[in-house]
Amino acid sequence: MKRIYFNEKYCMACRLCEIACLVAHSKSKKIIKAYKEEYPFLKPRLIIEEKGHVSFAIQCRHCKDAPCVTACVSGAMHRHKSGEIIHNEKKCVGCWMCVMVCPFGVIIRDLKGKKVVAKCDLCSDLGQPACVDACPNAALVYGEDKDNEK
Amino acid sequence: MKRMLYSPDYLVTRDPEKCIQCEVCVRQCAFNAHTYDAEKHRVDTDCSKCVGCFRCVYMCPTGALSVSEFSGRMANSANWTDKQLKELYKQAETGGVLLTGMGTDKKYKIIWDHILLDAAQVTNPSIDPLREPMELRTYLGGKPLSIEVKENKRKVSLPGADISGRFSITTELPQQLELKTPILFSAMSYGAISFNASKALASAAEECGIYYNTGEGGLHKDLYRYSKNTIVQVASGRFGVDTEYLNSCAAVEIKIGQGAKPGIGGHLPGEKVTDEISMARMIPKGTDALSPAPHHDIYSIEDLSQLIYAIKEATEYKKPVSVKIAAVHNVAAIASGIVRAGADIVAIDGIRGGTGAAPTRTRDNVGIPIELAISAVDTRMREEGIRNRASIIAAGGFRNSADVVKAIALGADAVYIGTAALISMGCHLCQKCYTGKCNWGIATQDPYLVKRLNSEIACRRLVNLILAWSLEIKEIMGGMGINSIESLRGNRLRLRGFDLHENELKILGIKPAGESL
Amino acid sequence: MGCSIAGVIDGNGSLFSGDEIIRSIQKMFLRANGLGGGFAGYGIYPENKNDFCFHVIYKDDKSKDITDAILKLDFDVVKSEPIPTKSIKEIINRPILWRYFLQVSDSAKRQFYDLTEEEIVMRVVMKINSGSYGSFIISSGKNMGIFKGVGYASEIGRFFRLEEYSGYCWIAHDRFPTNTPGWWAGAHPFGLLNFSLVHNGEISSYGINKRYLEEFGYQLPLRTDSEAILYLFDLLLRKHSLPLEIAYKILCPPLWHDIDIMPAPAREFYKKLRVVYSGALINGPSAIIVADGKRMCGFTDRIKLRPLIHAACGSKHYLASEECAIREICPVPDELSFVKSGELTVCGIKGKIK
Repeated sequence: MKRIYFNEKYCMACRLCEIACLVAHSKSKKIIKAYKEEYPFLKPRLIIEEKGHVSFAIQCRHCKDAPCVTACVSGAMHRHKSGEIIHNEKKCVGCWMCVMVCPFGVIIRDLKGKKVVAKCDLCSDLGQPACVDACPNAALVYGEDKDNEK
Repeated sequence: MKRMLYSPDYLVTRDPEKCIQCEVCVRQCAFNAHTYDAEKHRVDTDCSKCVGCFRCVYMCPTGALSVSEFSGRMANSANWTDKQLKELYKQAETGGVLLTGMGTDKKYKIIWDHILLDAAQVTNPSIDPLREPMELRTYLGGKPLSIEVKENKRKVSLPGADISGRFSITTELPQQLELKTPILFSAMSYGAISFNASKALASAAEECGIYYNTGEGGLHKDLYRYSKNTIVQVASGRFGVDTEYLNSCAAVEIKIGQGAKPGIGGHLPGEKVTDEISMARMIPKGTDALSPAPHHDIYSIEDLSQLIYAIKEATEYKKPVSVKIAAVHNVAAIASGIVRAGADIVAIDGIRGGTGAAPTRTRDNVGIPIELAISAVDTRMREEGIRNRASIIAAGGFRNSADVVKAIALGADAVYIGTAALISMGCHLCQKCYTGKCNWGIATQDPYLVKRLNSEIACRRLVNLILAWSLEIKEIMGGMGINSIESLRGNRLRLRGFDLHENELKILGIKPAGESL
Repeated sequence: MGCSIAGVIDGNGSLFSGDEIIRSIQKMFLRANGLGGGFAGYGIYPENKNDFCFHVIYKDDKSKDITDAILKLDFDVVKSEPIPTKSIKEIINRPILWRYFLQVSDSAKRQFYDLTEEEIVMRVVMKINSGSYGSFIISSGKNMGIFKGVGYASEIGRFFRLEEYSGYCWIAHDRFPTNTPGWWAGAHPFGLLNFSLVHNGEISSYGINKRYLEEFGYQLPLRTDSEAILYLFDLLLRKHSLPLEIAYKILCPPLWHDIDIMPAPAREFYKKLRVVYSGALINGPSAIIVADGKRMCGFTDRIKLRPLIHAACGSKHYLASEECAIREICPVPDELSFVKSGELTVCGIKGKIK
């Protein structure tokens, strides 16, 4: 499977990835409209870690041994046969156990009203993750899993 | 707040309909022109701080920003322009020498734009470079005037060896720099530009089969792997020069002067001398790196000759030695002296050459245009019969491939491009290199800013630029019916001057447009 | 230029009439426009074979007076006479045509003790041709002469009564000029000392070839590319003492992508030629015949943009732009082939010149 890799050497914390993520998961998918009309309920599904001049963006790592899948009581969080971790909103009961166990802290509460979680879905509907597309410096790269050769 | 007597240079306009308060502009401006007001949830802009680098315009995800020239004129005078007034106000405030970066922005006549190229028609077929060979390969270095051959006693019959098996050439050819295309990246030191920018230039030079120049910044240990494509510079500060440095390159260049600031030294402020730069330059961290105006061991031409031969001894005569000078009034005679002093390459930098920092007055007023300098030097060297003894590299404001073709037709062997290379990496020519706050991550050492230039992306862009220019040069040559760059070099008959003064035509050695062979 | 060129040499050195070359070049009249034609003949002055023979074109009597005075400074005049002509209605506005047989004077030899006789001759030729005297020395070799002017080559040949001369080697040119006007000195062949050259083509590299030659003291007043090629040969063969084959490879070197795949010694060999003699590379379409009294050579530019055909019959060798020109004077040659690009065809004299 393909994953999103970050390169902290070139991340300048401009946060364009965050904006792109947020828009990609908004209702309108239009940047100005999303910000002006949906804003308080929008939350990016990636986080940007920053310390001094070192920064990087991180989102669901699609762990091989994923604690969120083990912790999920309803089977909403599951592994697709191609390898990535998928979250099925319909099955989610909003127990937040996945949020608790995620070692990277990249599963968030969806603020759109439903008591469910949300996390990076690799923008499966767009073909290429929006954050990767938006990065002006190739600090985010969408590429084949380097150490997952089965 | 302190009141300034002058208006801002730029006007930044923010479309409130489009601004989403994402703060990208706030984070991108190293000059703090944009600020976020959390209370009002609003981004404000202070136009007086804007340098016109267009970084925020490029980064804004909604296209809410635009930057334009500030239009309100202070005085309606052709003589006392706003620029002039601002400079006076600034000097009245600071009592200092005005500093600036990049090449001169003064409206001098650009002679390139008054030189027209020729093409073949009817009697002489033009050549399609996509179908037929078109040779750009260039060799830089000293060449003998003639060769001597002797007939081999035993005839060697190797496949493909025709007359080369019957005869051997006894004359030795001094070491040459082989270029796939007659363009090099000019001297930009690590210090003036960031490590990522240096690395991009080095790796692009390697990929293109050309050379980049370290400037006087020494050689970072991570760049030693590009030594086959490196020209190392020995300048008046002698930063980073040791035996290993001199032998980790393809050629050595002695820098006497540069076009942007002839007769002026350099000054890298101590705050820019980071750990890495202190290692590359071999000076203590945090100390000012001062390059004296002259080399203090070169006060005359014979001293230069000694340095040339000292370097040749140190490199066992395996590296061509180049000498770079600014194009000044007597450039032809100086270049002739340099060739006779033993240089294999003379690099000439015209008045439009760029810099990381120079006094504005010097940058804008000292030197001569490179077009005239190339012609004067090439003519002089041919008159003296020493043109083969050294190659000429021209530098100083080459904007496109047509400029390169014209320079070569005037007599240069190759050209150095600096500003054009930086622009291809992202530079927007705001001329604030000397502040060290380059928002494009090029002319800075700030760890927050240097990350903005991804050396791989920059390398790709540089490679594309060289590729594109090479293709264009081939197209133009093909149009002229020339399939090898050596038949273009010095071929001034394929140039015509348009709207040039008689004296300019005379120095350029070209005929006016409309005059035939 | 869309000119035609032709050349005939007898490998045994036997003499034959100029009529043959006139018929050959005449056959290709379609390639010319009547603005220039000419011939070079070798072995035509056996009685004065040790004297330098100058053919000179004069604008008027005054230019002749000046030139006579200059010639007397360095030469003893053995013979001085008009070049024999016969009037032909097509040839109009003929200039004064004069020939001299000269010996370098002892005083000149003493004055220029470090120069060869050939170099003394070259200096004088350069001086007169580049000065604005209205005189042009069109030929300056021994036992050879160049005859040229404005008109079709066949007319020029009859005008100069070439059928009355006998030589062992003849080259000819019929012109269709496009880069310089048709004028008497601008017609082909171009000659310096024993060397003569005819050229069909236009050299795109003329500008740099000219400047390169000027570095070595050549002056090129005729403003034509063919003159530059002639002097390049003179420079390489005479001044740099290089063999003809190498001189040819300097003018028309192999392409880099061919050099790159050669074995190392050959690669190094051609690299040296190209790097040292970059200013001598001739670029652009050309088919060229050169002769120096010992041999006649033909070649084309390195991507062959102009035609050239070689034929042999008995002891005679032929070169011409078109096959018809050869068939005209040699209906059934023993062999006939196209000259390949990158190849120098050398037709030499084996026997003693009769």
